[in-house]
Amino acid sequence: MTTIRSSASEMAAALANGETTSVELTEGHYAQIEKVDAQVHAFLYLDKEGALAQAADVDAKRKSGVELSPLAGIPLALKDVLAQKGIPTTCGSKMLEGWRPPYDSTVVSKLKAAGIVILGKTNMDEFAMGSSTENSAYGVTHNPWDLTRIPGGSGGGSSAALAAFEAPLAIGTDTGGSIRQPAAVTGTVGVKPTYGGVSRYGLIAFSSSLDQAGPCARTVLDAALLHEVIAGHDERDSTSIDAPVPQVVKAAKKLDVKGMKIGVVKELQGEGFQSGVLSKFHEGLDALVAAGAELVEVSCPTFDYALAAYYLIAPSECSSNLARFDSMRYGIRIGDDGNRSAEEVMKLTRHEGFGPEVKRRIILGTYALSSGYYDAYYGSAQKVRTLLMRDFNAAFAQADVLVSPTAPTTAFKIGANDNDPLAMYLNDIATIPVNMAGIGGMSLPCGLAEEDGLPVGFQIMSPAMRDDLMYQVGGTLEAALLSKWGGPLLDKAPVLAGN
Amino acid sequence: MSLNYDQAVEKYEPTLGLEVHVELNTKSKMFCSCSTEFGGAPNTQTCPVCLGLPGALPVVNGKAIESTILIGLALNCSIAPFSRFARKNYFYPDMPKNFQTSQYDEPICVNGYLDVEIETDEGVKPFRVEIERVHMEEDTGKSLHVGGATGRIHGADYSLLDYNRAGIPLVEIVTKIVGGTGKYAPQVARAYVTELRDILRSLGVSDVKMEQGSMRCDVNLSLAPIGSGELGTRSETKNVNSLRSVERAVIGEVVRQSNRLQDGERIVQETRHFQEESGQTRSGRSKEQAEDYRYFPEPDLVPVVPDSAWIEELRATLPEKPSTRRARLQAEWSVPDKEMTSLVNAGLLDVVEETITIGADPTRARSWWLGEVSRLANEREVDPTTLITPSQVAEVISLIASGDLTDKLARQVVEGVIAGEGTPVEVIAERGLKVVSDDGALMTAIAAAIASQPDTAERVRGGNIPAAGALIGAVMKATGGQADAAKVRELLLKHLGQGE
Repeated sequence: MTTIRSSASEMAAALANGETTSVELTEGHYAQIEKVDAQVHAFLYLDKEGALAQAADVDAKRKSGVELSPLAGIPLALKDVLAQKGIPTTCGSKMLEGWRPPYDSTVVSKLKAAGIVILGKTNMDEFAMGSSTENSAYGVTHNPWDLTRIPGGSGGGSSAALAAFEAPLAIGTDTGGSIRQPAAVTGTVGVKPTYGGVSRYGLIAFSSSLDQAGPCARTVLDAALLHEVIAGHDERDSTSIDAPVPQVVKAAKKLDVKGMKIGVVKELQGEGFQSGVLSKFHEGLDALVAAGAELVEVSCPTFDYALAAYYLIAPSECSSNLARFDSMRYGIRIGDDGNRSAEEVMKLTRHEGFGPEVKRRIILGTYALSSGYYDAYYGSAQKVRTLLMRDFNAAFAQADVLVSPTAPTTAFKIGANDNDPLAMYLNDIATIPVNMAGIGGMSLPCGLAEEDGLPVGFQIMSPAMRDDLMYQVGGTLEAALLSKWGGPLLDKAPVLAGN
Repeated sequence: MSLNYDQAVEKYEPTLGLEVHVELNTKSKMFCSCSTEFGGAPNTQTCPVCLGLPGALPVVNGKAIESTILIGLALNCSIAPFSRFARKNYFYPDMPKNFQTSQYDEPICVNGYLDVEIETDEGVKPFRVEIERVHMEEDTGKSLHVGGATGRIHGADYSLLDYNRAGIPLVEIVTKIVGGTGKYAPQVARAYVTELRDILRSLGVSDVKMEQGSMRCDVNLSLAPIGSGELGTRSETKNVNSLRSVERAVIGEVVRQSNRLQDGERIVQETRHFQEESGQTRSGRSKEQAEDYRYFPEPDLVPVVPDSAWIEELRATLPEKPSTRRARLQAEWSVPDKEMTSLVNAGLLDVVEETITIGADPTRARSWWLGEVSRLANEREVDPTTLITPSQVAEVISLIASGDLTDKLARQVVEGVIAGEGTPVEVIAERGLKVVSDDGALMTAIAAAIASQPDTAERVRGGNIPAAGALIGAVMKATGGQADAAKVRELLLKHLGQGE
């Protein structure tokens, strides 16, 4: 019997054999959202009407014998950074309040074409800048494992929705860890595909050279199924890769890592990593060894500079990407009383429309790109990027995939890093190198830290366009851990009020 | 005492720099598939990409790259094996993304030159203008400022924005410093822009209509005391919208700057706007504090890496060089050097060739365009080619050849066509300009002339042929100039027993 706690693949099977309908599934998830979202606050907008229409359409097609894609009829939560035609798309910012895009992002077009039911838009740090969802203009999302804690960020809404069983699938975007770190702290699975693997058309840009949309799910196979729906070349995104999509579903089903070399990154496990995080990470390593993989230690010395370089490149690009929010064409407009000049209205709008973290990064980036500073800041950061790629290349010469803890700590308390942006930035220390090099990265749960009983994420990194390798290792590790735990990690999560 | 141009260039050496923006005539925009058609209803040729909507991404128009490479090749540039787009970050209300996707330190074409010819006191001389770079960028939208006295944004009641133009592919062609022109700076500037326009037209990559803005020229000019070997502070004059204006803008700036220098004032580095009416420039925004455009490589686009075989293929398709073509046409039409240079510099070569191709006599075609049409264009301060078409001029010439029009009548026809009264035939009908070729009507007039000057008629009868002039004049007067004088002469002499 399928329930909202089932995986997407189980739900798909139940749909296929007529055990349930998409409308029933969709209504079931809205019922759950009704019960728990007041506590979790994963969603910013629900499109019940659209979702139920899509569900009914898929059910009708199924009934008439039309061949459907594997995830047709399955509900999904969409991060509010992706444009969906006619549906409010805010990026978690006041600036875009009330804006309804006149077009679908490519990811959304593909989801719709696959018959996936988009339940609504999920909360996020404003313009995807943050690691806790606390920077949303629309309130913080709470971690279903502990409502006083953050669900990670920027895609905390998507991961929290999965962990609270409000949706079996979600889409996130990952610029420095915004899919993987929320997955880690909510005990779910999140994948950042190779840069260019999924079209960015309609993904509202934070940092164009780093942003990448990817699948979020509760199992590796579900993530793989969703990955294959959204991936592929798009002629509307020049940076999308014109090559066949890696066979990630097949890889996720392999459940075999015999003879594979797993590179353990020396630089991503020392100081600053919580002890429970490290111990669960090592349990993961042990499980892989038990499954027949070979561990090799690899060193990536440039990783020490990755965070600093990231905080030059991402703000620089964001300072340019966000320049278009000037209150003239869309979004809010403040103070247009007929007496103020366009410039004054723009100033007021930006003052009120952008939150402090966004302003901080715009200022940082504007400075870093300024004449006279470009070479020292943006230019140097790009060089670090090249060195990071070299580190990765050298490491991938020794190992098929690389592994590390996804985040240095488990979910911290809401408000804990309010006055310390640097401490907040450090959450992404293990995820950022992947974005900087444009390779693939996955986070899957590897247990609960002894000291706080909160989920720990295990990160697998694969070479560019070899996303299949991380799914192969991830699928195998997941199977080993599930049999060890006797069921999904989320079964250990506290029951939310109403459930 | 203020200096005039001749006095100015006796004291100061001008240095030029020319930046020409050309709208390519691709069917779709630089980074999206919207139409580039001119004159559509506002904001009907837009999409998420050229409106800069959140999330939209640019994709380079391959045809635009091809056109730009062709331009680079025709201007003897090297084509960069690797070039990139960059973001030029600045605010302008009609720029949807608040940055312009352009090229910065890695342009697609570099280091070329263009040879032009100028008329000097010592005859026609060649002059080489060196090209710094040719790069691609996108155009902005258009603002219309409503209300207020100046039509500018300051003081306007409100502004309307039309994004149809936003994202139309632009190519910017920048010269190196053009020195050593001496007093011929205005001619060099005009000859360069003219030659460039002809090349672009021959390549078929742009409409190159300066009046419609598909080709725009910024004139950088500085002065330094002759012999000082220095470079003065430059001004950048925009809004130079015709070949004639290019020349006038240089003259205007030379005069303005020389008088400031003469008075001991300094030249402010600034943008100036050319005023069509006065030929003067007006101060725009100051560039004293250099704007910081925070250029960085456009992360939404991949580098342009043209295949060298493709470049060679494009090189092979280059049309006949305008200079080669000029030499060929000059020989075919047997035109003297000086007149050929005038034709070229007036931008009349194409229309003259077209007029001749339609069937007009080369000498007549040239003289109509260079003479009457240019005179009328000068009066109106517009480009002659905008006034009348080659086929209309050819038609007029053919009507003269057939005796249906006299030169004098033809001038009236041309004037009528230019005044918008219709085609030559319509103007002839409307104004009643037909040559009086009806022998009966002419004979009546001849008889009247003879009756009023019997003594003269007698002298002609007696063999004094030149005396016929007075009678012919009287007939012409009586017919309002619409008679063909040769025909009148023939009939008159015959009537008075002197015809053969």
